Amino acid sequence: MQIYATELLGSETYDDQGHFVGRVREFFIEPADQPNRVSRFLLSRGRFAPLLARHDQVAQVAPGTIRLNCSERALELYRPNESWLAVRKDLLDQQIIDTKGRKVVRVNDVDLAELRTNGNVELRLTQVDVGLPGAVRRLLQGVVAPAVVRKLQGNLPARTIRWEFVNLIEPDPLRRVKLRITHEKLEDLHPADLAEIMEHLSAAERQGIIASLDEQTAASVLAELDERLTTQIVEKLDPEKAADILEEMAPDAAADLLAELPKETSEELLEEMPGLEAAEVRELLAFDPATAGGMMNTDFVFIGESATREEVLQWMRSQDLNFEQLDTVVLLDGAAQFSGTVPVAKILMANSEQPMGDLRTEPLLSVQADADEADVFDLFDKYNLRMLTVVDAHGRPMGAIAVDDVVSRLVKK
Amino acid sequence: MNWAAISKWSEELQSRGTDLQKRVRGLRRRVALLLAVVGPGLITSNVDNDAGGISVYTQAGAQYGYALLWSLIPMTIALYVTGEMCARMGVVTGKGLSDLIREEFGFRPTFFVMITGFFVDLANVVAEFAGVAAAMQIFHVSKYIAVPIAAILVWVLVLRGTYRQVEIIFLVACVLYLSYVVSAFFAKPDWLEAARHTVIPSMHLNASYLVMLTGLIGTTIAPWQFFYMQAGFVEKKVSARQYPQARADVMIGSISCMVIVFFIIVCTAATLYTSGQHGITDAAEAAKALVPLAGKWAGTLFAFGLLNASLFAASILPLSTAHVICEGLGFEAGIDNKWREAPIFYWLYTILIVVGAGIVLLPHAPLWKILIFSQVGNGFWLPVVLIFILLLVNRRDLMGEYVNTVTFNVVAWITAIAMIALTLVLTYTSLFTGNAPSP
Repeated sequence: MQIYATELLGSETYDDQGHFVGRVREFFIEPADQPNRVSRFLLSRGRFAPLLARHDQVAQVAPGTIRLNCSERALELYRPNESWLAVRKDLLDQQIIDTKGRKVVRVNDVDLAELRTNGNVELRLTQVDVGLPGAVRRLLQGVVAPAVVRKLQGNLPARTIRWEFVNLIEPDPLRRVKLRITHEKLEDLHPADLAEIMEHLSAAERQGIIASLDEQTAASVLAELDERLTTQIVEKLDPEKAADILEEMAPDAAADLLAELPKETSEELLEEMPGLEAAEVRELLAFDPATAGGMMNTDFVFIGESATREEVLQWMRSQDLNFEQLDTVVLLDGAAQFSGTVPVAKILMANSEQPMGDLRTEPLLSVQADADEADVFDLFDKYNLRMLTVVDAHGRPMGAIAVDDVVSRLVKK
Repeated sequence: MNWAAISKWSEELQSRGTDLQKRVRGLRRRVALLLAVVGPGLITSNVDNDAGGISVYTQAGAQYGYALLWSLIPMTIALYVTGEMCARMGVVTGKGLSDLIREEFGFRPTFFVMITGFFVDLANVVAEFAGVAAAMQIFHVSKYIAVPIAAILVWVLVLRGTYRQVEIIFLVACVLYLSYVVSAFFAKPDWLEAARHTVIPSMHLNASYLVMLTGLIGTTIAPWQFFYMQAGFVEKKVSARQYPQARADVMIGSISCMVIVFFIIVCTAATLYTSGQHGITDAAEAAKALVPLAGKWAGTLFAFGLLNASLFAASILPLSTAHVICEGLGFEAGIDNKWREAPIFYWLYTILIVVGAGIVLLPHAPLWKILIFSQVGNGFWLPVVLIFILLLVNRRDLMGEYVNTVTFNVVAWITAIAMIALTLVLTYTSLFTGNAPSP
């Protein structure tokens, strides 16, 4: 049988002799023990100290009444325990993340299922109710008989989330450990979805989630978030962790982020980062954000124009390249000057002995680092570019602008 | 070809960045810092001067001249103290007021706060559209044309805009309140007398004076504004570090709101009161009466001010209400969502506008009764909301180091109790006696 937290709270509890013990004020789950079993019931007894009934002391559960299989004397006294999840306090009315529906929702009620074992009844948390039936139950509980409420809710559209898809949000890191709250399920979400979820949370909650994600995921989520939020988050992070996350980000994204931070903070983070990455980011920070230099990414692939397809592929395999960015490579001539670009697709189709110079895309396009962003947008639009090379005064490539950077800038305008 | 070579080339470029450029960037950032936060406080406080408010201020000036000006200073403090608590809660917790009420007090209290809020706000929306109708009548536009256009305008504005765009339009509306300032100068008031009455309180212990005083305060602090302001700061993602800027925003808002009230009262005091027209009961009537006394422009500006205020509040009230209800019940809310993402939010918003404007268009609409209801409703709802706010803002587990200080609590509770007492008096007089100020 299914029973709801709303019906359980306030239930009258009787011992094995049929004597009244108290009313259920709260019940707990011990995630460290079993992730979904109601392990203890808190019974309030007016002016007497509240008692706890363990799951194996419960003989029968019905809406409004609980019968124990022991006497009142066998119950332990209540002492708060941080590692118990209090259903009423920690779950009801709180926000949770629905990892399947990929959004933040508020819990109206909690559904429990009975599990009979020898001599006692266990309750298992099956799903949380985020729809109208739960809301109606909460509203009418204690005013209208449970049977009537049950009949009424049958006509309402249900919206529930299975317990295994529920991710609790707990800003306190210590409590998070005690309650065994991990954000592993969140790491499986697309960073863009996770970023959107984060926008719906409070600052402390966002902080909690970012701090518990692995650096790789945290970096991709930060890249998707509104820049106002990213700066807030990074400022509050432990500098070491923040530097680790920045290191995982693309240098241009990291530079954009650091540019929004106060000078001392960004310096501190750069100090924490490994020298190579830090130098790369520092160099990008020097450019005005509204120029080609401010948009470019120094993380680009460049090869000599005389190299053959075979040599290039061999070299590429040996490198740890970022596949998402890798769709065009930059060619250099003998004087290390820009001499065109080649789409990777073209390289794939070429003969193994074909030199890269034969494959270059016409016309040869590049911009100076100080070119205005509007010129960059025009070039991308006119030539349907996916990537544009940024060169210095001597025609030497120093970075590349990818089409996704252009899109996100245009959307922001 | 290696990475270090590229790095060396760009070093040349880097050195070209001049010191001046950096300094300009620093200044820009500082201005941006403030601008990033300013908005919710300024907007909310100015919306307090809505159609109902302007009517009451007009009457106060027409009936008592400059005599009630002294009440503006305590009112500014009350407005600031109450608003600041919400701003602080929004900034520190990152959650809306109805979110917090729901999380800390449970479903049922939240539900009742929201249902009451819905009907009270609906009555207020009717009042705003009635204000639009009245103002446009002065410009010889029938309400059957003006009100539907206003309703569509308001609806589209929020539906089509992002929070940023809508906020900019709202900020412009705040500036348009200055029409009252100009209007007041046309009226050629006795500035010295006005200044004297602003600083030196004068109490008259007769019933109608007290009722007018109560009315002034009652219309200035409306319960829904707390929800709106807090939601505004939350939606702007203002962080606790930006709290000083948020506080400044609330303070600028409270003061600018009261400055406008000052000029409205001064304008009507210098004209209507001086010429003996003490019985003016609404703002539209006042605008007409101003023409022979202070010139055509004063009257037109006065009416324009009323139109602006009514439209402004009519855009914000339905928005705020839909927000509050969805937040509390756990539905998606906020104008940065698409209709599909937050259907209940947009439906509530639409219903409030359609029904609110529709009632004004009914040929024999009992507008007067609805206006009284809106005021009574505000009166009953306000103490409840204020007490919730005070309970929440004193919770250390929520607010951390930002809980109310003792001094602030004393001021806030005095404000709350005074507000409660005054609104109860106002409610009583609106319901049971004939001499309430007309909203």
